[in-house]
Amino acid sequence: MSAQHPGVEAIAAKGWLRAHKWLLLRRGSQLGILAAFLAGPLFGWWIVKGNLAASLTLDVLPLTDPFVFTQMLAARHWPEVSAITGVLIVLGFYLLVGGRVFCSWACPMNVVTDAASWLRRRLGLKGGRTPHDATRLWLLGAVLLAAAITGRLVWEWVNPVSMLMRGLVFGFGAAWVFVIGVFLYDLLLAGRGWCGHVCPMGAFYGLLGKVALLRVSAHRRSACNDCMDCFAVCPEPQVIRPALKAAGQTHPVILESACTNCGRCIDVCSQDVFRLGSRFNRSEQ
Amino acid sequence: MSEPAKPAASAPRRRFLKEMAGAAGGACLLAMGVGLYSKQARALPAQAIRPPGALAEDAFLGACIRCGLCVRDCPYDTLRLATPGDGVVSGTPYFTARDIPCEMCEDIPCVKACPSGALDHGLTDIRQADMGIAVLIDQENCLNFLGMRCDVCYRVCPVIDKAITLEMRRNPREEREGPATTRHAMLIPTVHADTCTGCGKCEKSCILPEAAIKVLPAHIARGAPADHYRRGWEEKSKAGGSLIGDQVKLPVRGLDGQSAPGGQP
Repeated sequence: MSAQHPGVEAIAAKGWLRAHKWLLLRRGSQLGILAAFLAGPLFGWWIVKGNLAASLTLDVLPLTDPFVFTQMLAARHWPEVSAITGVLIVLGFYLLVGGRVFCSWACPMNVVTDAASWLRRRLGLKGGRTPHDATRLWLLGAVLLAAAITGRLVWEWVNPVSMLMRGLVFGFGAAWVFVIGVFLYDLLLAGRGWCGHVCPMGAFYGLLGKVALLRVSAHRRSACNDCMDCFAVCPEPQVIRPALKAAGQTHPVILESACTNCGRCIDVCSQDVFRLGSRFNRSEQ
Repeated sequence: MSEPAKPAASAPRRRFLKEMAGAAGGACLLAMGVGLYSKQARALPAQAIRPPGALAEDAFLGACIRCGLCVRDCPYDTLRLATPGDGVVSGTPYFTARDIPCEMCEDIPCVKACPSGALDHGLTDIRQADMGIAVLIDQENCLNFLGMRCDVCYRVCPVIDKAITLEMRRNPREEREGPATTRHAMLIPTVHADTCTGCGKCEKSCILPEAAIKVLPAHIARGAPADHYRRGWEEKSKAGGSLIGDQVKLPVRGLDGQSAPGGQP
C-alpha cells in the first residue's frame, strides 16, 4: 500500500481492532506505567514511587534502570542494596522479553517519536540526514567514558528520555525544550533518528536484547505480498529483511537486537505473516 | 580481473569507514560537549540545600540517579526535584529553606528511600546532618542586632542552645545616646557550625520580609583555619603555662593611668 498510509489493507482484511491490536496494547502499557506513577501524586494512591530511573512498587519491589545504574558505576559510585536488587530484576526481565521492549512498551519518548514518525510519513517529508546506526553505540561508549572521566552522570544533564519521564511525574520546568527538540529532530532532520540512531539508552537496552527469548517471527513469509507496509511502520526497518526475505539467514525469526518487539508489523500485515514467539521456534508455515 | 575488482571492493569499505568515523566523531563530540556542559552547570545556587546525608556535591552528582524517591518519602513536601531552569542540576533533589525547611524527622525517611546511596545511609542520627549552615547574614536589619528581643530563629531551632545560642553583648547605642531603660543589652543569635544541621527552620521563621538569617552550603558559609596557625591561648592551656614566659606590659600612649584601653575610667 501507499507508504503514507500503511495498514489500510490490514484494516480491510482484519478489521480496525485487529489491525491495531499490538499498538493499542503498547499504548496501554505506556499509559498504564505512567498512570501507576501518577496515581500517587494526583490521587494519593501510592502504587509506584519514583520514576523509570528507580522506583519502588507497593513499598516492596525495587526497580532500577540498568543504563543509569551503569553510568553510576562508571562514575565510580557503589550503590545501596535496593538499587542492586532493582537492577537485577530489570535486567532479568529484559533479557527474557527483549531489551528494547523497554523502548517500545515502557519509554514515554516512544509516543513522541512515533508521533513524529507518523507525521513525517503523512506529510511525506523526506529530507534530512539520518546518522549512522552505530552512532548510538559510540554515544553509549562515549557517555560512559565521560562519566568515568568526570565522576558525574553527565548524560543525565541532557538525557531527554529521563527528563520526559521526570517531567511527567515530577513537573517539567524547561524540560519541554528537550522533548520538543527530539520531536523536531525526528520530524525534520532524521526520520526515526532519535530512538533508532542516537539514543544511548536504547543502544544499551539493545545490547540486552542480544539473547532475548521473545522475538518476532515472519513464520508465514511465503504469504508475503510485498506491500512493504511492515517496512513503513517499523522503527528499525533493517531488522525485517533477514527474516522476511531470508537475507543472510534461513529461518524466519528476527534476531536483530535492535528490534523493539513492538508488534506493529504484526498489526499492519494483511497476510498475518508475523507473530510473536520464542527465538527457538523457527518453524514456518 | 583483479584490477577492476579492487576499487569495487574498497569503495564500500571506504564508505563504511567514513560513516563509522562520522558516527564515532559525532558521538564523541556530543559526549564531550555534554561533559563540559555538566562541568559548567554543576554549581549549586546558594539557596538550594541538598537533603540530609547528601554526599559532597561532586560525589553526589556521580551517585544521584534522579529517581525522586527521597522527594516522595518526605512527609513535609520539603524536597523537590530540580527541573531545567531551576539552576540546580536537573533531576536532583533540593529544598529552599525559606519555602519549606527540613523538619528533621527522627527516622530520616528521605535517606532510607535513596536507592543509590547519594544520601548516605550511614546517617542515622538527624542531628549529625550537615545540609548547610545558618548564617546571620544581615546584621543591620536583624531585630536582635537592633537591641530588640525577637529571638524567633533561636526559639524555633530544633537544636536550641547548641546550634543557636543567644550571646549577650553590650548595646553600643547606650554609649552613643546615654543610658536609658529602653535600651537593654543585645542578645545576639549565634550559630555554632559544628551543631547546626542546616535544616533552615530559622530562615523560614525569620519575621523580616527577607530573612536576615539564611542557610548556606558549608563551602559558602565557612572559612577554613590555616593548618599552621596556632591559637596562643589554646597552646597555653595545653602546655599548662605560657610558652614564651611572662610578657612585658607596655604603657599605651594617651591612656596612662587607665586600667585597659576602651575600659571604664
